[in-house]
Amino acid sequence: MSRILSVLKKEFIQMRRDRLTFALVFMMPLIQLLLFGYAIQTEVKHIPTIVFDQSLTNESRELLASFSASGYFDVIKTAKNYAEVNQAIAVANSIGLLKSQEILAQKVQFQGPPYDIRVRPWYNPDGITAYFMVPAILGIIVTMTMVIITAVAIVRERERGTLEQLLVTPIKPYELMIGKILPYIALGYIQITVALVVAVTVFDVPIKGSLLELYLLTLFFITASLGLGIFISNIAKTQMQAFQMSFFVMLPSILLSGFMFPRDAMPQFIYYLSAFIPLTYYLDIIRGIILKGIGFQYLVGQVTALLVFSIVLLIVSTLKFKKKIV
Amino acid sequence: MDYAISVHDLTKVFGSFTAVDRLSLNIKPGEICGFLGPNGAGKTTAIRMLCGILTPTSGFGQILGYDLIKESEKIKPHIGYMSQKFSLYDDLTVEENLSFYAGLYSLPNSERKNRIKEMITMAQLTSREDEVVANLSGGWKQRLALGCAIIGRPSIVFLDEPTSGVSPTSRRDFFTIIQKLANQGTTVIVTTHFMDEAERCNRIAFISAGQLLAMDTPDNLKQSAVEGFMVELDLPQAIDQIDRIEQQLYVRECSLHGPLLHVLLDNESNVKELEELVGKSARPITPTLEDVFIALAKKKRKQVVR
Ligand SMILES: Nc1ncnc2c1ncn2[C@@H]1O[C@H](COP(=O)(O)OP(=O)(O)OP(=O)(O)O)[C@@H](O)[C@H]1O
Ligand SMILES: [Mg+2]
Repeated sequence: MSRILSVLKKEFIQMRRDRLTFALVFMMPLIQLLLFGYAIQTEVKHIPTIVFDQSLTNESRELLASFSASGYFDVIKTAKNYAEVNQAIAVANSIGLLKSQEILAQKVQFQGPPYDIRVRPWYNPDGITAYFMVPAILGIIVTMTMVIITAVAIVRERERGTLEQLLVTPIKPYELMIGKILPYIALGYIQITVALVVAVTVFDVPIKGSLLELYLLTLFFITASLGLGIFISNIAKTQMQAFQMSFFVMLPSILLSGFMFPRDAMPQFIYYLSAFIPLTYYLDIIRGIILKGIGFQYLVGQVTALLVFSIVLLIVSTLKFKKKIV
Repeated sequence: MDYAISVHDLTKVFGSFTAVDRLSLNIKPGEICGFLGPNGAGKTTAIRMLCGILTPTSGFGQILGYDLIKESEKIKPHIGYMSQKFSLYDDLTVEENLSFYAGLYSLPNSERKNRIKEMITMAQLTSREDEVVANLSGGWKQRLALGCAIIGRPSIVFLDEPTSGVSPTSRRDFFTIIQKLANQGTTVIVTTHFMDEAERCNRIAFISAGQLLAMDTPDNLKQSAVEGFMVELDLPQAIDQIDRIEQQLYVRECSLHGPLLHVLLDNESNVKELEELVGKSARPITPTLEDVFIALAKKKRKQVVR
C-alpha cells in the first residue's frame, strides 16, 4: 500500500510539472473541438449548383428562381443531359443536384402541394450535424490523450534509466501499474469535463441523458484506453516507438469506430474488426446518453465490452511486466 | 549465514558473446568489495545479476541466504543499488526523491521524516531539500542517489561507478560515507576505475573479459599478483625510453607513473642489466595497484591471443 501511494504521489507531482501533459489535457479538447466542431457546424450556403431542368416550363423556371433567391444555391451551370451532370459531380466543383420533372407543370393546375421535392445529400446521407460529431470528438480526444500519455509512461522511465532503479526495489508489478494508472484516470475526467463544457457552451449540445451516468460509464472507457496505453508501454522499446504504436492504434479507432462512417455500412470483415476498438462502444454510450437520453439499461453490452477490454489489457500488461532488464 | 554474497559460476551470455564468465564470489557481511576492470569487462552485468534484475544464463548462488534465481524478489527489500547511469527523477526535488524511495522500501511513517532528514544530512544537502534535482551538480546528485539507495537500510549496497564524473573532493567524501556504512555492518560492492578508491576497499575483485582474475586484499595483490621483480627508474624524457626498455628480453612490463618509470623484471638478477642499459640506478619497489591492474589485464590479453 505504501508503495502504491508512493508511486501515485510521484506521478501526480510529475504530471503537474510536465507542461506537455498540461497542454494535452486542457488545450487539446479546446482546440480540437473548436476546429472540428466549427468545420462541421458551419451552415452550408452558396452551394455551387448545376441544374438539369427536364421540364423547361414556366413553373420549373419559377421554382428555380426561388431556389436561387434563398441564398443556399448558386446556379453555375445548366446541364442538358445526365452525362454533363455526372461529369460535374466527378470533378467535384458541384455538390447539389436539382432535378425537376415535367409532371410538375401538370400537377400545379390541379391540386397542391405544387411540388414534390426530395432532397438527397449524396455524400452525407445521415445528415450528420455538430450535435452528432461533438460527443464523438470528445471520445476521440480522451482516448488519444490517455493512450499517448500512458504509452510513454513506462518507456520514459526505461529511457531515463529510472526504471532500472525501480526494478531493484521491492515494488510489485501490479503496484506500479495501479500507481501509474490512477492519476491518469483523474486526468481523463478533468479532460472530459473541459470538453463537455466546451460542447455545451460553444456548440449548445443538449445533454439529454444523465450526466452522472455519463461520468460513471466513461470510467470504463478511460480504463480501456489506459490499458491500451500501458500495454503499448510494455512492448515499446523507446518513446518514439511508443508514439508510433499509439498512432497505429488511433488511426483505425478514428476510421472504423463509426466516428466517420456508420458501422452498419461497413463490409463484414471491417465490421467485426471494429468490435475490437474501445471507441466503437464509447461512441454508442456517449451519443446515446447525450443525444438520445438513454440510460444504462440500453448500454449494458457496450459497458461490458469496455470492462472486458480494461481487465484483459491491464492483466496482460501486468503479467508481461517483468522485473528484469532485457 | 556466513556470507552476505555467495555465488558460483555465474555466467551471462548475450547472443554469442560471454559478458560474464563463471564468476564465483564469497563476500562477508560488512566487507567493502571493489570491482576493478577495464571497460566492457562485465562489472555492470555482474552487479545486475547479483541484484536480481538480470537472469544469469547459468550458475547459482545465494544473497543474504536467499536463492539468487528463485527468490530474487525476497532479496530486494534488503539491497540498495546505484546504477551506473544517473537514475534519479530530475523533475522531483531532493526531498521528493527520498520520500519516493522511503515509500518504496515501506519505511514506517513514524520514522520516515527522520530517516529522510538523516539522508539529507549525510548527502550534505541541508537547505537544498526543495531544489529540483535537475539543478544539482554531479557530486550532490551522486550523494543523493546514494541516499535513495540506502534509505531503506539495506544489508548490501551495490554501487556501480558511483564516483565517475565527480570532483576529487566529492569522491573522497563519498568514500568516507561508504566506509562509515561498512563499519555499521553494511556490505558494499563498488565498481571503480580509481586506484585510490580501490586502495580503500577491503578486497578487490579484478575482472577482465568477463572473468575474475584475482580477488584479494590490496596488500596481498601487490605482494603476489605481479610475477617478477619491480623497480622504479627516474629518467629524463622517461616516456621516450619505454620502447627501448620494453624490447629487452628480461623486461616484462614498463609503464609510466607520473614522472617515473615502473619496470617489471623477470627476477632480481636483471636489475644490473637494466641499470647498465639506462645508465642510472634502479630502486626496487612493491608494485602499486595500478601495476597489478596493468599486469593482470595484460596477462589476460595474452591468454586470449593464444
Ligand atoms: N543487454 C546487452 N546485450 C548485449 N550485450 C551487452 C548487454 N549488456 C552488456 N553487454 C556487453 O557486455 C559487455 C560487458 O558490459 P558491462 O557493462 O558489464 O561492462 P563494464 O565492466 O560495466 O564496463 P564499464 O566499465 O564500461 O561500465 C560489454 O561488451 C557490453 O557491450
Ligand atoms: Mg559498467
